[in-house]
Amino acid sequence: MAKSENELTWKDLEIGCIVEAPGSARKYESGTWRSQRPTYDFTRCIKCGLCALYCPEGCIEQNKDGHFEADLYYCKGCGICARECPTRVIKMVEEVE
Amino acid sequence: MVTRVGIEVSIAVAEAVKLANADVIAAYPITPQTHIVEHLAELVADGELDAEYIPVESEHSAMSACLGSAAAGARTFTATASQGLALMNEVVYVAAPMRLPIVMVVANRSLSAPLSIWPDHSDMMSVRDTGWIQIIVENGQQAVDNTIIAFRIAEDQKVLLPVMIHQDGFTLTHVIEPIIFPAQEAVDKYLPKNRFPLPLNPDRPVAMGEFAPPFIFTETKWAQEVALQNSKKVIIKAWDEFAKAFGRKYMPVEKYHSEGAKVLIMTMGSAGETASVAIDELRKEGMDVGQIRLRLWRPFPFQELREAVKDAEVLIMMDRALSYGGPGGPVASEVKAALYNQTKRPKIVSYVISLGGRDTTVSGFKDIVKQGIEIADKGSKNEYEIYGVRE
Repeated sequence: MAKSENELTWKDLEIGCIVEAPGSARKYESGTWRSQRPTYDFTRCIKCGLCALYCPEGCIEQNKDGHFEADLYYCKGCGICARECPTRVIKMVEEVE
Repeated sequence: MVTRVGIEVSIAVAEAVKLANADVIAAYPITPQTHIVEHLAELVADGELDAEYIPVESEHSAMSACLGSAAAGARTFTATASQGLALMNEVVYVAAPMRLPIVMVVANRSLSAPLSIWPDHSDMMSVRDTGWIQIIVENGQQAVDNTIIAFRIAEDQKVLLPVMIHQDGFTLTHVIEPIIFPAQEAVDKYLPKNRFPLPLNPDRPVAMGEFAPPFIFTETKWAQEVALQNSKKVIIKAWDEFAKAFGRKYMPVEKYHSEGAKVLIMTMGSAGETASVAIDELRKEGMDVGQIRLRLWRPFPFQELREAVKDAEVLIMMDRALSYGGPGGPVASEVKAALYNQTKRPKIVSYVISLGGRDTTVSGFKDIVKQGIEIADKGSKNEYEIYGVRE
């Protein structure tokens, strides 16, 4: 079984810390950085996709209804989508414990 | 068949890079390094060296191009000096932890301000903690030999670290010396191409230079440190095998009449040969004085140094750089640290000499030895002495 993050020793590192398996950044949960989270009133959504274009994390995709929604595993809560949405679908709310 | 020719050392170093059959050279010209990269550009343009020559727009770009080149598995060379080394500093730090075997000649020159194109070791000391192997030479032959040797050390699969070869600007780079060039076949035999084990390759993608969160950063730094410490064995082996093949031997700490001598002076770089003449004259006058020369600056050769000074009562240190507001010379500082916990150790007198190209002559070194012995006996109010400064 592969070692967990906190069990890795310096000897486990590949030469020059090279990562051989592609896509390792996908595992990194940048959503833990978030202090605000987007909430949606999809009744106002015109499915223009501007929020997805502006998202610096590239974590906004269409859901099964065709509305655009952030993947909270990666969303850092920057609020750019809420700022750019022309129909004010998105409202940022404080994350609480 | 070896040939011995009179040649400017910079041109000879470029010819050594050709003998080493470098694949990529990325460099930006700066005094006193210019003739090295200028001649390499000519060799590539004339078809005498089959390499890519990347004429970059700055030293920062030069080292960046070298990272990419070495990561792709190419034998990579660059050269710089002083302000150029300072400008590339950010990228110099990147090469060692990424374990990229780049070879760089540094034509040692003082850092501004005031502007000076002349040699001292302030640029060399500015990259002391970048994790590179740092070798310093004393004459043109050593510069040529160690430029070739550097590729062998850097690319050794047990090392895979970048190597700097330091040669004092002008004093070495711009003088004409008799140089023995090793034969191409002998260099090829000594220097097989060891490809980087995990190169950039579209068929087998890897990620290089990622970020390291706190849970792993300390481990990455220890891996880097262990690699640099362990490189000393390979460096010594590369020097030994060079001696077997070509007859010229290098060591981390080299001795000159130092065995059993009660007074030693320690030098690093081109001033060492002048100091040796002073040692000869002082010995003729009946003084029990010898010299040791530091060849390997990083990794620092602690054991070899301790062994070399074990019988000495006085050790007079020569530094060509100044750690402002600190202990004076960086080499003296290192040597004091290396000897502090030894039960028997010499008294150390630390001199800063020859800043910004001011020569310390034979009579100067003789003067320093005599002064140094007196200071060792009577003490000094100074942390270190700065030789020849006008009050």
